[in-house]
Amino acid sequence: MAQKSDMAQKSDVVHHYLRPKKKFPHVWCSGCGLGVILGSLIRSIDSLQMSKNDIVVCSGIGCSSRLPVYIDFNTLHTTHGRAIAFATGIKVAKPKLKVIVVTGDGDCLAIGGNHFIHACRRNIDITVILANNWIYGMTGGQFSPTTPTGSRGTTAPYGNLEQPFDPTSLAIAAGAAYVARSTVYHVNQLDKMIKGGLEKKGFSLVEIISNCHTYYGRLNREGDPVKMLQWQKKHAMPIEAARKLPPEKLEDKFITGVLHDVDKEEYCHRYDRLIRELANASRERS
Amino acid sequence: MKRVVKLLQGNEACVEGALMAGVRFFGGYPITPSTEIAEGMARRLPTIGGRFIQMEDEIGSIASIIGASCAGVKSMTATSGPGFSLMQENIGYAYITETPTVIVNVQRGGPSTGLPTKVSQSDTMQAGHGTHGDYYAIALVPSSVQEVLHFTIKAVNLSERFRTPVILLLDEVMAHMREKVDIPNPDEIEIVERKRPTVPPDWYKHFALTATGVSAMASFGDGYRYNITGLIHDELGFPTAEPSEIVAMLDKLKQKIVKHAESICEFETNGMEDDPKVAILSYGIVARAAKQAVIIAREHRLKVGAIRPTAIWPLATDSLRKRLKNVRQLIVAELNQGQLINLMKQHIDQRHTEIIPLQRYDGEIISPGQIFNKIKEIKHHGSEI
Repeated sequence: MAQKSDMAQKSDVVHHYLRPKKKFPHVWCSGCGLGVILGSLIRSIDSLQMSKNDIVVCSGIGCSSRLPVYIDFNTLHTTHGRAIAFATGIKVAKPKLKVIVVTGDGDCLAIGGNHFIHACRRNIDITVILANNWIYGMTGGQFSPTTPTGSRGTTAPYGNLEQPFDPTSLAIAAGAAYVARSTVYHVNQLDKMIKGGLEKKGFSLVEIISNCHTYYGRLNREGDPVKMLQWQKKHAMPIEAARKLPPEKLEDKFITGVLHDVDKEEYCHRYDRLIRELANASRERS
Repeated sequence: MKRVVKLLQGNEACVEGALMAGVRFFGGYPITPSTEIAEGMARRLPTIGGRFIQMEDEIGSIASIIGASCAGVKSMTATSGPGFSLMQENIGYAYITETPTVIVNVQRGGPSTGLPTKVSQSDTMQAGHGTHGDYYAIALVPSSVQEVLHFTIKAVNLSERFRTPVILLLDEVMAHMREKVDIPNPDEIEIVERKRPTVPPDWYKHFALTATGVSAMASFGDGYRYNITGLIHDELGFPTAEPSEIVAMLDKLKQKIVKHAESICEFETNGMEDDPKVAILSYGIVARAAKQAVIIAREHRLKVGAIRPTAIWPLATDSLRKRLKNVRQLIVAELNQGQLINLMKQHIDQRHTEIIPLQRYDGEIISPGQIFNKIKEIKHHGSEI
């Protein structure tokens, strides 16, 4: 039998993890970057060689948060902004589970901003996959905490008056162990970034620059999905290359790759240690 | 076996009850007057292999306990009015996703920051109708520190049995008052565990429609992989907008609570045996004053009785009406501007039983003397007592 092409093998992997009982098609617009993220997440999980039973994928509300329903794991679609808090409860209650949160820029950084920074601070072993498309897609194109100043949204009809968050800087400052950024154009890099996050013992954030041509692209005349991916290709700068360039050459670029990777004790690990210490102390007393 | 008797405050009794019932996860956020529950859990849980986490706010607290319950661990949080308001959206989430959880609300004066250190019963309605959408709540209302211990166990048991969030509604006095508490032996208490699936994973439906209205519940990591969502969902947990599936799911959620109202809500009565025409209805700390008021009134040869429900959501309305059959005047005593009284007006035929308010919302408790004065007032207006 002829060997399957690389593409066909990759497609088999994806199909192995899609839910057989879930009715397709999915809810996303054609050309949406979330399909790429779904594929990349599946390949990254597959590379861990873990049982599907030990993986939990949690999400909040928004286009990206509809992702878990399609994949064959333990999946929890929660309330707007709260996915990380739900995930925290799951992880602390059953630390053997691999807990992943799929979220968007509005869900994670606006309504869920508080849970996000505190999960970073605790350094709890959760991987957050943040699809950043600079807009609220599901509600129809309102500006988000990552919308660039001056860009338009339906609630910023004269251009966004606010300055955007950089979620990666926020996560590093708040205490995350692993922080990476990629795009839906740089798929091979994206696979590596997500895998790195999943393998990290501690809080990890993978920010993925994605395209919402339906709203962001249309409202800001950025064109169709292809044009938006070309923009990503042109403006992404790998961190290794960026280090060698003077700041003026980086003005219209965003940095991709592993931005931060440190080893420090993880929250559940610390709690397990406390339980053992208390048990030992109690044995010594009796 | 030697009996263990302790002098405990309500919040401490709540911790004891929760641990006995098998709670092994607590997510909380400090708030007066409930904080001692979080403190007790933080101290005790890691010594028995459980886990406590202080979350960044009350929204995170309830989210964390729902998550922990999905992972198969009995979970609880405790808060007071402002935190209880913040939790409401996710209480609805626990309800629609049928996730067993216990939420303790130690009531203080409101609205807003209100009276943080003062007693109140002004979350009576919020406990039953706080979250958006149609919602059928369970809210237990103990009236002694001993009962706080037992009702905490009962709250955990009911949440497991019905796969639903259960509210334990205390108040500042109940939480901080110290009383003698008989600590039950483990073999004296009934512990309920959620029904686990016995079918192979392929056949498993996390939200199966069953004759009892309660479906078996697998935990994350058990090998049953399924979807949970706050969207209206089908039996498998996938979002649906199919009218017949919407109605089936909402009816299931409602019926499993409503049908069991008579077993969830019981009544304690005092002086109701000789069919008094005047009675006092109250719950929680106020019921203690009412009990004493009955004794005082009877010393004055006034035939008065007292009745108190052990749950205000759901209210066992059939047995309530039966017990009030001969009562012509019912004093509804409560620590707010009139919440329980509206429930009573909804369920009691006022052509037969006159409903008389006795309300206090100045941060102080209703005293037995105050209730007795009300009884005398009724007598003065010509009622036969």
